[in-house]
Amino acid sequence: MPRFDDIRIAPSDITDEAVYRDRRRWLKALGYGLPLLVAGCGSNGDADAKTAAAPPTGKAFDNVKRPSPYDATDPQTSWRDATSYNNYYEFGTDKDDPAKHSGKFKPQPWSVEIAGHAEVTGTFALEDLVKPTDLVERIYRHRCVEAWSMVIPWVGVPLADVLARFKPTSRAKYVAFTTVARRDEMPGLAYGVLDWPYREGLRIDEAMHPLAMLAVGLYGRELPNQNGAPLRLVVPWKYGFKGAKSIVRIEFTERQPPTSWNMAGPREYGFYSNVNPAVDHPRWSQRTERRIAGDGSSLFGNRVATLPFNGYADQVASLYAGMDLKANY
Amino acid sequence: MRTDAIARTKPFVFLACLAPFLWLAWDVWQQTLGTDPVAQLEHRSGDWALRFLLVTLAVTPLRRLTGVNALVRYRRMLGLFAFFYATLHLTIYLVVDLGGFWSELFVEIVKRPYITVGFTAWLLLVPLALTSTKGMIRRLGRRWQLLHRLVYVCALLGVLHFLWLVKSGEKIAVREPLVYLAIFVVLMLARLPWARWTAALRKA
Repeated sequence: MPRFDDIRIAPSDITDEAVYRDRRRWLKALGYGLPLLVAGCGSNGDADAKTAAAPPTGKAFDNVKRPSPYDATDPQTSWRDATSYNNYYEFGTDKDDPAKHSGKFKPQPWSVEIAGHAEVTGTFALEDLVKPTDLVERIYRHRCVEAWSMVIPWVGVPLADVLARFKPTSRAKYVAFTTVARRDEMPGLAYGVLDWPYREGLRIDEAMHPLAMLAVGLYGRELPNQNGAPLRLVVPWKYGFKGAKSIVRIEFTERQPPTSWNMAGPREYGFYSNVNPAVDHPRWSQRTERRIAGDGSSLFGNRVATLPFNGYADQVASLYAGMDLKANY
Repeated sequence: MRTDAIARTKPFVFLACLAPFLWLAWDVWQQTLGTDPVAQLEHRSGDWALRFLLVTLAVTPLRRLTGVNALVRYRRMLGLFAFFYATLHLTIYLVVDLGGFWSELFVEIVKRPYITVGFTAWLLLVPLALTSTKGMIRRLGRRWQLLHRLVYVCALLGVLHFLWLVKSGEKIAVREPLVYLAIFVVLMLARLPWARWTAALRKA
């Protein structure tokens, strides 16, 4: 049995870009004749484009501290799948829209406004917020509310370390995160799918939990735009939509902040949104999930049981002691 | 159109109807279904089941519009292809998607409105497919037509199935199922006896 202690992708494992592109071209040439037989088939014709996201790009970080005691040992998702199958509605609602339509987005330079109940507030450059010397890698399971999941090596810093520097006061009971909304760089904003800008929030003890992190990269490289460049939240025991992307504002609040999906469908998406197989989405089951990992193209054997708190119950269940998790979904 | 023209074109229509299946099979073979191939298979087989249901429902209005009554001779094949893609869709869900978690099926069918509705639509298609032979048509007589009106219910349930499974239940995500709903409504309205009504109106 192979062990999965260390299955990070070595540069030698990655298909050379030229080989990859050539293979795509060849498949396209063969495959695209057929759909023309039937008029109006075009709507599903871009399965090929979906897989054709760029191979590992972006600046590689050096001095990333690894491994972490929190690392998941499940087989990892491929870089290609993690960067071409995304929910980032500001770039479009299809899974391949973010990779296709985020090219105009400029994640540099970047600054974040820190506001609310803290002794230190103001606007800070990304480099001051997340120091390149403090980076750690965390391999986390990522569970989408749509019942698919991935296993991703994030690069970033514990959220608690960043927040503590601003010295939140005793009135800071919650932390609110706001995503950037640039109409000229994010075509999805033209549609009123959600009430823009995208907002998320955590209770302060959740935010201070060592598992919560602010990520600036994945697979040892800078975050691609479609994954929330340059700075995003990662909360592995909650559904993926809690992880606000391209964060421009962090506010310490006294009251529970409004959050985007909760505003769009309060019965379907709660403020807490902890991964919980016992609480179904009103329209679909959360008891199992389709894992996108290893050879993402395999058809069978992808379904796995969903674990309470996405398998992080030992670390985080105590945060919710005495709470009715069915009422506080 | 002479009737033998229908007979001569039937093999081509058959191949055209099979093309989405061949295309899907090709993508499976070439592994070009993308990151979540199971979802792709489900969506595409489901799309085609719904499309063929609506195409089948379009035969009668088209026949009235063009006056080419022989078009009805394509209808059984189109309807059976709708059943074929619906069965493929259900099979993919059962065997490929739920694989290993079949106990979930009963829970899902009962608890999940969109699955209840989708499964019901498929169940209602079964008797229609079984009674599509010449012998059954003859044997059932008038009752055959009554039974086959179930196809309206199937199409409506199919659209609902699609409408209820989208994520947010609002705005952009429902655009596509709403297009199918609109087509269904138009095809149903086209069945009303407009000519008789306008004639009556003119007389009055």
